[in-house]
This record gives sequence, structure tokens and C-alpha cells, in this order.
Amino acid sequence: MKFGVVVFPGSNCDRDAAYVTRDLLNQPTRLVWHQDTDIADLDAIVVPGGFSYGDYLRCGAIAQFSPIMQAVVQHAQQGKFVLGICNGFQILTEVGLLPGALVRNRDLHFICDRVPLKVENTQSPWTQAYTPGEIITLPVAHGEGCYHADAETLADLEDNGQVLFRYETPINGSLNNIAGICNKQGNVLGMMPHPERAADPLLGSTDGIGLFRGLLAAAETRLFTTV
Amino acid sequence: MSRKYQAQIYVTLRPSVLDPAGVAVASGLKQLGYESVEGVRIGKYIELSLSAESEADAKTQLDRMCDQLLANPVIENYRFEIAELAASV
Repeated sequence: MKFGVVVFPGSNCDRDAAYVTRDLLNQPTRLVWHQDTDIADLDAIVVPGGFSYGDYLRCGAIAQFSPIMQAVVQHAQQGKFVLGICNGFQILTEVGLLPGALVRNRDLHFICDRVPLKVENTQSPWTQAYTPGEIITLPVAHGEGCYHADAETLADLEDNGQVLFRYETPINGSLNNIAGICNKQGNVLGMMPHPERAADPLLGSTDGIGLFRGLLAAAETRLFTTV
Repeated sequence: MSRKYQAQIYVTLRPSVLDPAGVAVASGLKQLGYESVEGVRIGKYIELSLSAESEADAKTQLDRMCDQLLANPVIENYRFEIAELAASV
């Protein structure tokens, strides 16, 4: 499975994501500059955390119009995998691949912590390596991670099982304690916590690697079904 | 002939969106003794100059800019005022 990791000016979790897919999972991985547009060779693309374009105006507002994002939207429309982590999640909502928006944390603090999350739906490619209701602990580091959507969108997300991760305790004011959601088709995931920072045993936790392993397993199944 | 306009754009959080910064400032004002303050909402103010064929054209352009980038319609409302700049001689 071939991975790409987008690099915006201001990305700072790009190498961490590439380390997971290339070094821990042994999958071909390349960094994709924000001005590139050819990602036809990739199976999955990661929109990493950081502060794209300085987070000016709003988080992710300017990144949504970078050349690479138009390619990422097409990539998603083809049913290929897109993972947005933290700033990547904000960008995916701005560009319209995921519903809702991320706003300032309720208590105005930048939160840098490890928080328990509940894995809500294990029927998705992203979460199939976990058990239903499993509690995992992942690092979070964000100032604008409060998930907001109108009542109808929120009800849709819940009814369709698109809420994949939920904070065990309210940390930032997110509606329904939402920490991560996928699109209706299930191939696009956005989450504020950082699975890539909990993937190497050297860093004290491997709770996040399941997400990537689940994705690999999903890709294999998909290959078999298309053959 | 194209004319020059100055736009003043106000972007505010929609009423349904929590504005923690506004809440914090409201409590600060109360601590200062301004008990009359009933609520504070904090938004963004953007000044922009542009050229356009007419005021209507300028407004059309500004609407699109606000919808596409300056505001996020999911969480924000916007309004703007424009004024024609005197032509430089």
C-alpha cells in the first residue's frame, strides 16, 4: 500500500506520519509538497498536523485552496483513503470532505495531553483492528479542536455511525465529545488526536498503530475483492 | 473603467456557536464593574481594497470572497460595507 504525506508550509507532524508508514509498517511512502498535484500512484494520503500557512484567518482556511488539496479531493472521490490528523482534520472540514468545523477550545487553553478515547464503530477500515467500545489513549495537542456542526449534521453523523472516536471526558467542548469522524463512504477520516505519536513502543504507547494496521488490512481485503 | 473601492468586512461567529473568548471578555468586564454588559461576541474585521466595474460588481466579488475563504459559512456569518475611493489624479 503506497502512502503519501502532504507537506504544507507549517506542517510539523509530516515526518512523524511518514515514520509510521515507512519505517514501522514498511510501506512505500513519499512526502508530497503542497504545490504538487500528481498523486495518482498513492493509495492513501495523510494530511498531517501542524499549522498550515501559519493558520492565518482560520485553521485550514488557506490550505483548502492549495493545489494539492484539489488532488486530494479527487483522490477521495475515487474511494481512496484520506486521513486528516489535527490540522489535517481542520483542512478536511474546510475543503468539504468532512462535515462541520473545528473552533476554539471551550476553555481557551491549548491542550497538550494524553486522553482516553472510546472507539465507537469498528466497522470502518480505520478502526477494524480495535474492539468495539475499546478505550485507547492518544496524545492531543490543539487549540481549536472543538467540533461543531448543526443539529441535523450531528444527527446524521450519529445515525450513520460516522463518529469513530469519542473523548471519554469532555476536554475541549466538542459536540457529543466527538474526537474523530469519517465521511459517509468511510474512506475519509478526520481526527484531532494524534495516532502517529502513539505508534512506536519507544514512545511509550502503541495505541495508535492499530489505526494504520486496520487500514492495511482493509486495503488487502479490497485488493482481493477487486481481483 | 474600473473604479476603486474600500471594503470593511465583519466576520462573526454564528449565534449558535460557542464563543469562549467572548465569554471570557464578558466576565472580565463584569469584574471591572460593568454589570450592564449582557453578552460579548468577538469576531474579525478585515479591510480590503479592490477594483471593480461598479459597486454592484464589487459587492458580487466580495460575497464570493467571503463565502469561499474569508468566512466559513458552517460557523460564521459576514457582512460588509463598501465605499468608493476617490480616483487618484
